[in-house]
Amino acid sequence: MIRHLLSGADLDADTATEILDTAAEMATVAGREIKKLPALRGRTVVNLFYEDSTRTRISFEAAAKRLSADVINFSAKGSSVTKGESLKDTALTLQAMGADAVVVRHPASGAPHRLANWVDGSVVNAGDGTHEHPTQALLDAYTMRARLGRLAGLSVAVVGDVLHSRVARSNVLLLSTLGAKVTLVGPPTLIPVDIAAALAPGTDVSYDLDSVLPNVDVVMMLRVQRERMNDSYFPSAREYARRYGLDGPRMRRLPAHAIVMHPGPMNRGMEITPEVADSPRSTIVEQVTNGVSVRMAVLYLLLGGNNR
Amino acid sequence: MTAYLITSVSVVGAAPTDLLIRDGVVAEVGPGLSAPDATVVDGTGLVALPGLVDLHTHLREPGREDAETVESGSRAAALGGYTAVCAMANTSPVADTAGVVEQVWRLGREAGLVDVQPIGAVTVGLAGERLAELGAMADSAARVRIFSDDGYCVADPKLMRRALEYVKAFDGIIAQHAEEPRLTEGAQMHEGEVSTRLGLIGWPAVAEEAIIARDVLLTEHVGGRLHVCHVSTAGSVEVLRQAKARGVRVTAEVTPHHLLLTDERATTYDPVFKVNPPLRTAADIAALRTALADGVLDVIATDHAPHAVEDKECEWAYARPGMLGLETALSIALDVLGPQWDLIAERMSRTPARIAGLTGHGVDPAPGVPANLTLVDPAARRTIEPAELASRSRNTPYARMTLPGRIVATFLRGEPTVLDGKAVK
Repeated sequence: MIRHLLSGADLDADTATEILDTAAEMATVAGREIKKLPALRGRTVVNLFYEDSTRTRISFEAAAKRLSADVINFSAKGSSVTKGESLKDTALTLQAMGADAVVVRHPASGAPHRLANWVDGSVVNAGDGTHEHPTQALLDAYTMRARLGRLAGLSVAVVGDVLHSRVARSNVLLLSTLGAKVTLVGPPTLIPVDIAAALAPGTDVSYDLDSVLPNVDVVMMLRVQRERMNDSYFPSAREYARRYGLDGPRMRRLPAHAIVMHPGPMNRGMEITPEVADSPRSTIVEQVTNGVSVRMAVLYLLLGGNNR
Repeated sequence: MTAYLITSVSVVGAAPTDLLIRDGVVAEVGPGLSAPDATVVDGTGLVALPGLVDLHTHLREPGREDAETVESGSRAAALGGYTAVCAMANTSPVADTAGVVEQVWRLGREAGLVDVQPIGAVTVGLAGERLAELGAMADSAARVRIFSDDGYCVADPKLMRRALEYVKAFDGIIAQHAEEPRLTEGAQMHEGEVSTRLGLIGWPAVAEEAIIARDVLLTEHVGGRLHVCHVSTAGSVEVLRQAKARGVRVTAEVTPHHLLLTDERATTYDPVFKVNPPLRTAADIAALRTALADGVLDVIATDHAPHAVEDKECEWAYARPGMLGLETALSIALDVLGPQWDLIAERMSRTPARIAGLTGHGVDPAPGVPANLTLVDPAARRTIEPAELASRSRNTPYARMTLPGRIVATFLRGEPTVLDGKAVK
């Protein structure tokens, strides 16, 4: 098993599949009255969060606690971080405290890579800047596999602000590794240059959502910040929603079996309408549930739970 | 004053001969010289070059003496084979008055290791809003001729036009950091495949090329002199090639790191590879090397940019851009160009000295010429260890790389600043 999970590129097909299979076992724990395994008893997991992200933090926290690990939440607010302590000094502090795993969320791309140089424990990237969010991609893959029965051969549209999306990058990498076909959809201003060459050669790009929808098994809507219009990525929230938002009529262009995903938090009325978000096709709530199982699997496997 | 007899040395790649240095000048050149009072330096296997001249050095003093001082930077320069460096203006306070440029000039004289020629800021505080007192700096003891807001682009076209026009009165040059700021907001590295993969905001090549294109047209219009700092893209080379063909008075420099390192270096997220303009692609490197050979690029300049450890040992986005260069530049040139000694002397000594107006520098060793020269051992190979560098900072991108060539000795007006590869003081 790999030591750190920093990028979707760290996962080959076998490793990714092992994580998804392990997550399926972990999911059975959630159905029990006592939702706890002793696998990581005595191990310490630190949640090091430099950005507010309640949903990701509590997902990791629940995952670690269900595995009986000791969990320390270290947030940028109310700690020495606000006094200007460097990432390296924080890393050395965590190291001295004996952290077995550090789950890090950081606004700067690559911060988890830097951290991995300075601690002996495993580093899990819980979202870094506009770079990656590999456990989100794993839970998305898990959700697709659970709903559609497979990943190989699936056609997945990822729609929206790909340029600033760490979810999109990790999904392109992981889904390609697992044999799915990804089409990135959005206005040209929000599709980064050379994306296929950068991430996965088979990746397609389209600027026309309507032409893509009839041919996909999965459509994944990305959060789009309204403020992007202030930087001329698109003229207005209304125009964005009209061209790239997923509403009821658009949803009905999808094949009957196709599912709609969103990593949350949603901008209802911007990239997705309530009718779509609350429809039976939507997996948005399942994604949250699956997130805990997948993060349990990641922590369990990274910390060597399977060979102890 | 001690005399020095350098024996069996190849002057700029020619057949071995002897050089006698006395009273600050090259007294004699020829085989079999004898001078009983002279200290003998065995030049067997060594190449003598006119002392190197750097058009682009950050010495950090005044303001960031923790990263570099005029003295430590001068020592690094001498160890790199330099006898003159042009000190950029982005100090704190900014070198935008006669007082500050004279301070830097005086500190350089006191260190006495290389000639330190201050560059003056174009605009007050590098703010890009109004001209600094360019004439006062030109008339000061520092005799400033090159003006630059390096670190920032003089982005306002009217201000750039006025600057190019104004300095004609004293044959000044505007050295432009070509970066359209609106196209590089938040930029962290070259915009391309690697920036997409790493999720770092891209610095597009066109942000450099658009400013160079504008500036050569402005220079042509007003009949001024433009120098383009740290050219980094293939597109910039083409703009410069066309401008030079039209006879525009433009010169351009390239850094050692832009000749060697690509944007792939960013994949570690180690900010030692963060620099502005950023490392580009292999195709850009190929174009820069061709342009250096054919003269579209006139000069190799280091953009030596020392930074304190805490400004580099952090997240990529929070790190300061820039890398050390003085102590490794000649080795990179040798690596890139091979033993083309005349070309190396042209790009690293003669032409930069001419652009900066530094008389007495950039002249090949010959009888009567000021003895500003350096001796290179081209056969040596050395592994770069950051801790062994003379700079106060450690941010070399070449750590643990093995590079060709070693500076054995450097002479400034007949006095050794480096002997046996070690700084004399």
